[in-house]
Amino acid sequence: MQRRVVFNNRILPYFLLLPQLVITIVFFFWPASQAIYQSVLKQDPFGLRTTFVYLENFSTVLSDPLYIESIQVTIVFSISVTVFVMTLALLFAVMADRQIRGAQTYKTLLLWPYALAPAVAAVLWMFIFHPAIGVFGKTLNNAGLKWDYQLNGAQALLLVVVASSWKQIAHNFLFFLAGLQSIPTAVVEAAMIDGAGGWKLFRAILLPLISPTTFYLITINLVFAFFDTFGVIHALTHGGPGRSTTTLMYKVYMDGYVNLNLGQSAAQSVILMLIVSVLVWMQFRFVEGKVHYT
Amino acid sequence: MKRTILFALILLAVLFVACAPAPTPAPTAAPPTAAPKPTDAPKPTTAPAEPTAAPKPTEAPKPTTAAPAPTATAAPRPTIPAGRVAVEFWFGLGKPLGDVLEAVVMDFNKSQTKYYVDAIYKGAYVDTMNAAIAAYRAGKAPHIVQMFEVGTATMMAAKGAIKPVYQLSKETGVVLDPKIYIPAVRGYYSEGENMISMPLNSSTPMMYYNIDAFKKAGLDPTKPPKTWTEVRAAAKKLVDSGATKCGFTFEWPTWTQLENFSALHNVPLATKTNGMMGMDAELKFNSDLHIRHLQTLMDMAKEGSFKYGGRDGAATVLFPSGECGIIHASSAARARIKSESKFEWGVTFLPYYDDVPGAPINSIIGGASLWVMNSPGRTADEYKAIAEFFAYISKPEVDARWHQETGYLPITHGGNDKTKADGFYQKNPGADLPYQQLTRTQPTENSLGLRLGDMPQIRIIVYEEWEKAFQGQQTAKQAMDNAVKRGNDVLRAFEKLYK
Repeated sequence: MQRRVVFNNRILPYFLLLPQLVITIVFFFWPASQAIYQSVLKQDPFGLRTTFVYLENFSTVLSDPLYIESIQVTIVFSISVTVFVMTLALLFAVMADRQIRGAQTYKTLLLWPYALAPAVAAVLWMFIFHPAIGVFGKTLNNAGLKWDYQLNGAQALLLVVVASSWKQIAHNFLFFLAGLQSIPTAVVEAAMIDGAGGWKLFRAILLPLISPTTFYLITINLVFAFFDTFGVIHALTHGGPGRSTTTLMYKVYMDGYVNLNLGQSAAQSVILMLIVSVLVWMQFRFVEGKVHYT
Repeated sequence: MKRTILFALILLAVLFVACAPAPTPAPTAAPPTAAPKPTDAPKPTTAPAEPTAAPKPTEAPKPTTAAPAPTATAAPRPTIPAGRVAVEFWFGLGKPLGDVLEAVVMDFNKSQTKYYVDAIYKGAYVDTMNAAIAAYRAGKAPHIVQMFEVGTATMMAAKGAIKPVYQLSKETGVVLDPKIYIPAVRGYYSEGENMISMPLNSSTPMMYYNIDAFKKAGLDPTKPPKTWTEVRAAAKKLVDSGATKCGFTFEWPTWTQLENFSALHNVPLATKTNGMMGMDAELKFNSDLHIRHLQTLMDMAKEGSFKYGGRDGAATVLFPSGECGIIHASSAARARIKSESKFEWGVTFLPYYDDVPGAPINSIIGGASLWVMNSPGRTADEYKAIAEFFAYISKPEVDARWHQETGYLPITHGGNDKTKADGFYQKNPGADLPYQQLTRTQPTENSLGLRLGDMPQIRIIVYEEWEKAFQGQQTAKQAMDNAVKRGNDVLRAFEKLYK
């Protein structure tokens, strides 16, 4: 049974909603509508010549093999980041959830990376992995391993995946830890009395009970990988070498900001918006049914 | 209930991020170095990767507000004295070169009672360009904006948004005589005899070499390599002898190895005088010579004598760190190399293939120029102020100081003569070589400069194709053909936009 609070005043709720609505309209609806409007135009950077081109920008973008390439890069990148982040974060959370000495310090240290801006994180990673001046990159090369992310596409992708994940692990760790700690001790103890040991306990009790958290984190991580990793890619690889780290988001930036092709850049934004809407919808439609809410 | 709310929230968040305008670039991907870098900025750039000593403020300059953008030090900007006609000048030159520019502006303001130039740092070139464009669209364009040379075609095509310098001179009566500017610099920013933008910082690529490493490898540092055959032999010897880990590298890959390479060997980069005679130019850099050069670089990479150091200015650090014994870098990298290198180094002309008849001829410039922007409500007085400022920076003493303090080329004959008279080149041997290389022959239609629509995009295309070739994913010919094909698509799209 849910308790409902009923307002007699009809205006008040709207009034209370007003600040949030204003923010949403100014920072979301208005720019989003601008992007949609721009996506059907062909325009020079200064806005001196404007032609309405219907959906030409969309057809150009979608028939561009480079765009398809970026989709592939994005898929590999997002899935890698999500899997990498969640596996490690869960591992750390399970470890930290146990009674260990210095748990508090451990938790605090794990949260630090989250405080960094992605670009700053990327610069730190460059100091470590730059093939010529990075501490670790140099060591690898001296040891005879050919490490050069500026010229090796696979290594570049690996580096941006790891650098992006490193930052996001902290956030995931926090949620997993909270999820684990909210599991009633009684349930865990009951399972132990029934003879469930480490792995079995984890698989049969803990994992299902934190499934809402897991579900939420998958969505958040995918969105993070899609949109929030621009700083890391920009600072580390500029989308290269070749086009091996040009994700959809980075392509939007390149086409809009560097190449000043506003129409096609806006069209890509709109496509991105649709892709992610579908993604989120699919997760709720097909995955959520299996999620156990407490 | 819970589901719906959660769904709505996440969807809203997602939509919000998805539709946000293209992100502004994050702090630069500067190759890290311990010491501050005096002169990384000079080269024109497609990416906002201008390593400056001080970290750039993370928040991007707000293009549409008139609020002063914070510079790295966030020093309070001087207030505009009452009664003066003030004009806004947005520049994209990081520290410490930007400091020199600000000092020039400050001196101008001191010399004036009527006009005032308000210089505002707007981030790297590409950020400055975007800020100016956004401001123009909002009807708040700055009076003067500094624009990298590869943005020239975009600016020239924006008729109505800009006021050409020759018109400014005519309208205001302030004399800005094209003849006082060095032709190789002036030509880049002119249509015929008419100057469209005002040259400011111009540089040209040079070859720097590590004298200590040369000695160690048994090479004669008084006879630096002149041709590509000699460069390759020297680079190989540097590596084989263990003097350096990498023999040879270059910064600004397309500027040093494609654009200037074409000029030096008098082969076209594109038709129509490299695009200067019309927007219908077509790229021509998949000639046998261009392919041969990429093949040389690929061969050198394979034998270990050449190391690709990354896009834009990413490779610069490899020389002062002692990693690479030879580098092709901007003449304006001089100050940085001087302050960071812990070894003796020399500078010389760019190499050439000696079996190409007539090679080498003059090189071409890079850098940036100043553009006058129109905006609603501009007054004649404001244009006069702009013209007076341009006349001021063209004075021999101002130009000479600019050249000597920054390592950029002098832009006027007067500035060059003054520098000679000051005895600057005796004290700084080699500092006159860039000027010599730039002016050693009369520019041909292949060495006048280039003006190609969306050139920053074409540069990135070449980076991508070359990187694939260096990784062994395609041959030199495939790389050049692909780059030309993709580049021509860019040019046609640009042409169509302005038809």
